Amino acid sequence: MMASTHTPSALPSDSVAGDVAKLAAAAAASQAAESAEAEAYEKTHVHGVYEAIAPHFSATRYKPWPAVASFLQSRPPGAVGLDVGCGNGKYLGLNPSVYMVGSDRSASLVALAHSRGRQLQEQQAQEAKKRIAQGELDATTGTGGESSGAAIATEVLVADGLSLPFRERAADFVICIAVIHHMSTRTRRQEAIRHLLRCVRTGQAGQPGGQILVYVWALEQGNSRRGWDEGGEQDLLVPWVLKSQQKQPKRLKQRKGQKRTRDQDSSGVAASNNSGEAPPSEATAGATTAATEPDPGHTDPVFKRYYHLYRKGELEEDVLAAGGAVITSGYERDNWWVVAANEPLPSQST
Amino acid sequence: MKLLTLNFLTCAVKTCKSSSDSFPLHPKDAELASDDVEVNPELLVNLLPRLDWKALKTTSAEVFLPSCIYPLGFPQLPDSPPTIEQLQSDDKLLKDLHSLLMETNLMEGKLVCGVCGHEYAVREGIPNFLLPSHLV
Ligand SMILES: [Zn+2]
Repeated sequence: MMASTHTPSALPSDSVAGDVAKLAAAAAASQAAESAEAEAYEKTHVHGVYEAIAPHFSATRYKPWPAVASFLQSRPPGAVGLDVGCGNGKYLGLNPSVYMVGSDRSASLVALAHSRGRQLQEQQAQEAKKRIAQGELDATTGTGGESSGAAIATEVLVADGLSLPFRERAADFVICIAVIHHMSTRTRRQEAIRHLLRCVRTGQAGQPGGQILVYVWALEQGNSRRGWDEGGEQDLLVPWVLKSQQKQPKRLKQRKGQKRTRDQDSSGVAASNNSGEAPPSEATAGATTAATEPDPGHTDPVFKRYYHLYRKGELEEDVLAAGGAVITSGYERDNWWVVAANEPLPSQST
Repeated sequence: MKLLTLNFLTCAVKTCKSSSDSFPLHPKDAELASDDVEVNPELLVNLLPRLDWKALKTTSAEVFLPSCIYPLGFPQLPDSPPTIEQLQSDDKLLKDLHSLLMETNLMEGKLVCGVCGHEYAVREGIPNFLLPSHLV
């Protein structure tokens, strides 16, 4: 809730009212400052990193999560979907009978997603022409083929998860995979979920509303080598090692020198901890120092991304706080996920 | 960016969303390109009820008027959307809609909000909706 400078009339005296107003104004100011700080922090420890590691990151992200794939496959034909934080676009076009638009904060990842989608489109068009030439299939009726038609994976744009450009209540579903855990305060994480909920249709009599699928990294990763588990620190900087044997992307080279996120401290494998939910000032300060080249010993450059690891039940709490209703939720390989919708109309306040 | 997608985009500025003038965004200095896209009749038919037809009419008029190039058989979209049955039985209509929604791309130019006037750049078919700090 944004603090307001409006003074409630029921207060006993003017002086108290004045104090309340002052307090409210101060709270608003500090909230704004906090949010600006959180934003700046994420710029360095999330957005900047993804811009820098985009091609490398993308090369490692091609397998869809099973829970996400089955969610997408079960959407009805003609459904309109959004992928907020689409990365390289691996989920776009997964189900050819739905239409999806992807958005991401990283222009580099969006560009990768776009060219990938266009390649798919060209390929499909050529194959369709071939089939028509062979007389196997009439393209306009779609008879004879085992596929239900061409998938759309080209539609991507650059946007911030807290300032989305999507027409409200127009989508049938939204997926948001491995995104919310990059927001550095709980207020922002809940706000992000609220934005997702605003994108989907509300339920009408006899017709359920649109659904969102949110997927975040879990604190409980007992089966992984990362060593995180219940009771541990939830706010971490997790290193991404840009392997030198990996072909160095040329975009990265061009940006050398102006990169503020490069961090030479490759020893921080265990990740440096945050205290509470405030962006760690130490890490922020460290990140604003001059960019460092990989050292002469050819240490692979390490980028640290901020993560909030969700503990059991926390994602559901955030959905409720954002005004959503949990439909199902679960755990899949080191991640918590939730399928949610807007609260049914009668109890809706906005 | 396909013209279809413009039917689902609005201004990213919070205070604009409540105004109906923020949708659709208005293409400016638009450079269009036509793609070769395989027809997906099932998808098109199912998408039809989800389109904002009035906005689509506005967009196609604004996009094509300056260049006077109408790729379609009909110079203007009809006032009301075709029914699903019409779309299923009229091959030409299906192809025209496919060409408009799926094959027509906004490659370069701007998308302008009718409320705040902010211009979102479109480059190489990708619109950028990141806001300057004073609009966040
Ligand atoms: Zn606006």
